[in-house]
Amino acid sequence: MQFDSWSAFWAMGGYGFFVWLAFGISLLALIGLILQSRLARKHVLRALLDEQKRQARIQASRHQQQGSKL
Amino acid sequence: MWKWLHPYAKSEQAFRLCGRLLPWLSISAGLILGVGIVWGLAYAPSDYQQGDSFRIIYIHVPSAILSMGVYSVMAISALIGLVWQIRTATMAVAAIAPVGAVLTFIALFTGAAWGKPMWGTWWVWDARLTSELILLFLYLGVMALYQSFDDKQQGGKAAGVMALVGVVNLPIIHYSVEWWNTLHQGATITKFGKPSIAPEMLWPLLLCILGLALVSAAIGLYRFQTELMRREIHRPWVKALAGDGRTQENSNAI
Amino acid sequence: MRGSLQALLTRELALAFRQKGELLQPLVFFVLVISLFPLGVGPGPQMLQKIGPGVIWVAVLLASLLGMERLFRDDFNDGWLEQMMLSPVPLTLVVLIKVLSHWLTCVLPLLLISPLLAVFLNLTLDMYQALLITLLLGTPLLSLVGATGVALTTGLQRGGVLLSLLLLPLFIPLLIFATSAVDAAALQLSYNGQLAIIGALLLLALALTPFATAYALRVIQS
Repeated sequence: MQFDSWSAFWAMGGYGFFVWLAFGISLLALIGLILQSRLARKHVLRALLDEQKRQARIQASRHQQQGSKL
Repeated sequence: MWKWLHPYAKSEQAFRLCGRLLPWLSISAGLILGVGIVWGLAYAPSDYQQGDSFRIIYIHVPSAILSMGVYSVMAISALIGLVWQIRTATMAVAAIAPVGAVLTFIALFTGAAWGKPMWGTWWVWDARLTSELILLFLYLGVMALYQSFDDKQQGGKAAGVMALVGVVNLPIIHYSVEWWNTLHQGATITKFGKPSIAPEMLWPLLLCILGLALVSAAIGLYRFQTELMRREIHRPWVKALAGDGRTQENSNAI
Repeated sequence: MRGSLQALLTRELALAFRQKGELLQPLVFFVLVISLFPLGVGPGPQMLQKIGPGVIWVAVLLASLLGMERLFRDDFNDGWLEQMMLSPVPLTLVVLIKVLSHWLTCVLPLLLISPLLAVFLNLTLDMYQALLITLLLGTPLLSLVGATGVALTTGLQRGGVLLSLLLLPLFIPLLIFATSAVDAAALQLSYNGQLAIIGALLLLALALTPFATAYALRVIQS
């Protein structure tokens, strides 16, 4: 450990603001990217589910029509 | 010799492979990057000239290296997509570009945050910062081009052409900016040139580079999977995924 | 082959001269942008001379982008481009002809009016000479690389802004070398090196971009 105490660690020898700013924004950017990726995945999955429901509905109504015809 | 690769040009196989790799990649990425950052921030000795501000190196250098590395990966997949007409490769271009853009942004921002205490300003028209800025524009161009096509098949090809045009230009841009910089400013900022770095500082740096590379690879693969699903949403194998889609989602919890 | 290429060129020029308004707009834009700078930074002759080369080159970049947008637009919309792909003439040569006609109709007027702007911005004769040579070598490069970007964005709705986002970063090396050649001329230094690099870039673009453009056109046409 290079630092004597936690407060020294946060101060970073007087450069604390810049060091933590750099690391904080980088972390935020990465988290933002991950969140955006997951959101995109969710959108696709939802589109997929919607599509399946639609297909199921079409199938069902077709079934009904055939049933009523008989 | 390359025959074993061919099945992965099929989207389903590629998706499966990504799914198998992702957990391992994510876990190792999180571990290695975490160890590297903590080592760099807390245990590495401070620089005798720059004090503790040099610790920004542990995010700045990896992101700068990877911003260019990711661009070359993107350009190579664009080339594969255009030359051999492999659809999965053009999808990879679209999936990778945002990852590279974020890495470039991080490199730029941390460069600025390092520049403020060292050079006294947030921004100097230093050759490397300028090339990074242009690299960001190139990434944004590829992304914007892909987004503006409604037909993603076309968009992927167009983005691939743009990525390749960019990769031909990147060395030219880089050297022209470097030459322009020495012309205008003189060698005022060689402080960060290439100092021989002590091994205690180097090891965490290498770990950070590897860790961030793995993180980028994991996010890239995850996005690539999404892209595969989006483009082939009407194929049976994607439809079969809808059932166990929930389990797929958690694979990226780093 | 030669005959059909000549016919293409005459067609392009005839079409361009039929739409005189679109021909004049980039020119007026060019002069306007440059006359804004003295108003913005002050009329001091020293200052104008210092920023002059850069201002003229940036204005050339923007003005040529303006005119470039319509390079393939009409041909794409009325189906002419598709016919060209089916014709025996290689698409790369068609692209080269189109670039040549664009340069003749949209960029050459900018070069012709540049003496006036050199006077506006208080450039010396040496500087103007260097500027003219860099423009002669550099603007065909603009048109060639620009054609690739235009081909990529032709079918799109909001192509204009996207086009500048794609192209301007690629023009940075040209801007750097061209303005530094003019700066060197201002100091009575030799600027052959810069000209050689611009020439090399031009040859590289001449060799590669027609293929990229032709490929991009096939992509958007599919």
